[in-house]
Amino acid sequence: MRVEIVGGGPAGLYLAILLKKAERATEVRVLERNAPDATFGWGVVFSEETLGSLRDADPETHLEITDTFARWNRLDIRFRGRELRSTGHSFSAIARTRLLEILQRRAGGLGVELEFGVEVEALPDADLVAGADGANSVVRRLGEFGTKVEQEGSKYVWFGTDLVFDAFTFIFKETEHGLYNVHAYPYDEQLSTFIVECPLETWLGVRPPDRSEEDTLAFCEQLFARDLRGHELFSNRSLWLDFPKVTNGVWHHGRVVLVGDAAHTAHFSIGSGTKLAMEDSIALANSLVRRGWNVEAALVDYELERAPVVERTQTAASESAAYFGRIASYAHLEPIQFAFNLLTRSGRITHASLGIRDPQFTRSLDAWFGGTPVAPPPAFAPLELRGVRFPSRFSLAASGFVAVSPEGRIAPETPTIDEWTPPDGQVVLQLGHAGRRAACLAPALGRDLPLPDGWPVVAPTPKPYGPFSPTPGEPDEERIHSQFVAAAARAAELGVDVLVLDMAHGYLLGSYLSPLTNLEQDRLRFPLSVLGAVRPVWPRVLAVRLSVTDWHPRGNSVEDGIAIARALAEGGCDLVHVEAGQTVHDDRPEYRRGFLTALSDRVRNEAGVPTLVGGYLTTLDEANTIVGAGRADLVLLDLPEAQIEYRLDPVITQEISGAVR
Amino acid sequence: MNVGVGLPTTTPGATGELLLEWARRADAGPFSSVAVLDRVAYDSFEPFAALAAAAGVTTRVRLATMIAIGPLRPTGLLAKQAASVHGLSGGRLTLGLAVGARTEDYETAGVEHRGRGRKLAEQLAYIRGGVEGDRVGPSRAGIELLVGGLSGQAFSRMARYADGYAHGGGPPRAFASAAARAEAAWRDLGRPGRPRLWGQGYFTFGDVERGNAYLRDYYAFTGGFVERIVAENLTSARAVKDFVRGYEEAGCDELVLFSTTPDVEELERLQEALA
Repeated sequence: MRVEIVGGGPAGLYLAILLKKAERATEVRVLERNAPDATFGWGVVFSEETLGSLRDADPETHLEITDTFARWNRLDIRFRGRELRSTGHSFSAIARTRLLEILQRRAGGLGVELEFGVEVEALPDADLVAGADGANSVVRRLGEFGTKVEQEGSKYVWFGTDLVFDAFTFIFKETEHGLYNVHAYPYDEQLSTFIVECPLETWLGVRPPDRSEEDTLAFCEQLFARDLRGHELFSNRSLWLDFPKVTNGVWHHGRVVLVGDAAHTAHFSIGSGTKLAMEDSIALANSLVRRGWNVEAALVDYELERAPVVERTQTAASESAAYFGRIASYAHLEPIQFAFNLLTRSGRITHASLGIRDPQFTRSLDAWFGGTPVAPPPAFAPLELRGVRFPSRFSLAASGFVAVSPEGRIAPETPTIDEWTPPDGQVVLQLGHAGRRAACLAPALGRDLPLPDGWPVVAPTPKPYGPFSPTPGEPDEERIHSQFVAAAARAAELGVDVLVLDMAHGYLLGSYLSPLTNLEQDRLRFPLSVLGAVRPVWPRVLAVRLSVTDWHPRGNSVEDGIAIARALAEGGCDLVHVEAGQTVHDDRPEYRRGFLTALSDRVRNEAGVPTLVGGYLTTLDEANTIVGAGRADLVLLDLPEAQIEYRLDPVITQEISGAVR
Repeated sequence: MNVGVGLPTTTPGATGELLLEWARRADAGPFSSVAVLDRVAYDSFEPFAALAAAAGVTTRVRLATMIAIGPLRPTGLLAKQAASVHGLSGGRLTLGLAVGARTEDYETAGVEHRGRGRKLAEQLAYIRGGVEGDRVGPSRAGIELLVGGLSGQAFSRMARYADGYAHGGGPPRAFASAAARAEAAWRDLGRPGRPRLWGQGYFTFGDVERGNAYLRDYYAFTGGFVERIVAENLTSARAVKDFVRGYEEAGCDELVLFSTTPDVEELERLQEALA
């Protein structure tokens, strides 16, 4: 058995060690383009979990690696003059050069051939070729792996410093150029990694000096002079970079396999690159042993085992990268909420899981949120909005679609406002005109299936909604306008707490908002006039249900949706019920658990308007995390049918909150 | 969760006689459905013809397409075929539809590959809805309609027009993730209740080499991915049991297990494994 490994980074060296250990007779060679002592990057981070698998895979190197480790369990967040602290996170880090030195020595000792300064231009001849040659892998380019490389996140530059931090430290700094941030962590007794990041928009707005390493260093040193406390930054070809997100359709092709960054990258802000790389090597070596060195079977096993793990990490990393790209919109949050938002950015930490790591932090958050020294979790905190008191953030009773008029009904079964009676509890009345989605069969059968012998439908443009849908006629705006006003007055008599004007999902008002369905220049004209007319007759919370994006290349983008939300807030809307899509029937939705949360976060923090959000949220933990992090003010939970009564019963709700306390 | 069994209509060596024997035994056994796949440019039986034949030798099991490639057929004809199988079987059709994965089938059928998604949406609306002037009988009332596919559009078509979701196969974890997306789409479209969730998997107890050779051929178009499909083939009673339990935990309503060879003993072995 002959194995050629291209790339002498942690993935390649570790794979060589494990293969040689498993079977001494295996010929293993590592080909590295650089010199053995070339230094790239500063420290690399590991989690406790990874350390366990390193110990099991090779106790010798594990011992050496952990001996030189910097370890800490604290995470500090410096923001607006405050330093917030969260504990229980278990980090460790090592100098990259030191890690390579340990691995090189061990590999050499086991009889691995190490060749440095070798550029690979063609695939070596061997039973197995491993491409461990990084994000710009040459091996990958020589095969067919369905590779995609996209830039993600902010501009960043990677430095070292002789200031030894005593925690993983996030620094957020308002500068004259905009908000910059730093990821800093110690990796031995003398040095720390210091990554400066700047959102692309800010970076392009006032471009920092970037002609040379010296310029870049001097600029960053000056920017963070106070945080560096007189210490220096060190450059190592440190220039502003874009992060490439690498994905591959398949990780092996014939006898060639990709490991580490060559196969996948994960944004540095969750610090998982080296961990994933070394775990790949462990999985690949184990598969080969388990499959009796049958290369084909082992490569399938390897990919099956690693692909789902890596995909989850990459998703979290992308969430994190996007978060740092829009940090400016969180600058208004209170420091404790800012910190919680930061900690929960990638979806891997929730209110409940942080409560286990760091109960003191969640207690402080809950207390701040609830406004009392001891408080239940955020979803149980009451909310006051325009004179209405919500006892908790998730105890709303949604009415479903109620039509302003018989022509505005979705189906004959849809109640009109004259027929509708409010259920018990704190009611949210969703009032709308179905527009070109009216006159359909009951939703129990399906949606947008035209009713035989239905009634005429209306929309701003004469385009049918879906296949076999009727062509809409012109809306009688004056009449519909007065129907909305009359319905709102009726709702006021019924004692409803929240009135939602439905401007989402391609119903009549929603179809005015989108360029896909309205050709007029001022698409807000009619929806805003309805809002403006309803406002004076409706004294309580007035909400708008809005498709923040059309999920369509020619429709409203998220940015457009945020601008619309801003205009609605100025027009008297107190709360945006965040939705997406359905403006047209052939949109490209992105369904998953909590698929509207990120949109709600952006509307709330960028348009500065309170939000209500659903989107297949099924647990109180999700509600606590969303509300606590300031991603929404109110949450609609999709609880299993059997629990709905439970949710609405105020006595039991109180008991729940008591128990959680 | 119900367990159904695939009729091996796409496996080499399948004959009309063998397929009917599979259907008969499935109907007599503990299975709740028999299901078929759909290919054109392949040595396989046409799904509606196969289900019509199965209808004649069964009385109990549901007859399902997992899935049929809707856009290969003109809409009226597809509705006709489905309605006919539904009528012949006394109302036992579960019609799973999707756009399919192979351009070859479209070429062989002489159908544009482009616009297939739009066409599928139209077919679903036609089959489910009461289109003006629709004279295609027999009655389609009670056809259980499923949609397959993993794109956002597939999920919204499913939630808009169908009764449930037909997953394309994979480990329980992959099914669970697709099921969550199906549930999210269902709520988003304002449908009451929840979608019916169908899953599927392959098994081979006897001649594993032969079974895997079939999978490699059938899924050759996926490139390197085919080896994952082969690796997931269930080749022991233990593997089948774990798989069934995994799907049940993931919320599957009906799991269809497909044999990779037409040997009738495979069905017996499956029955033993599930007992």
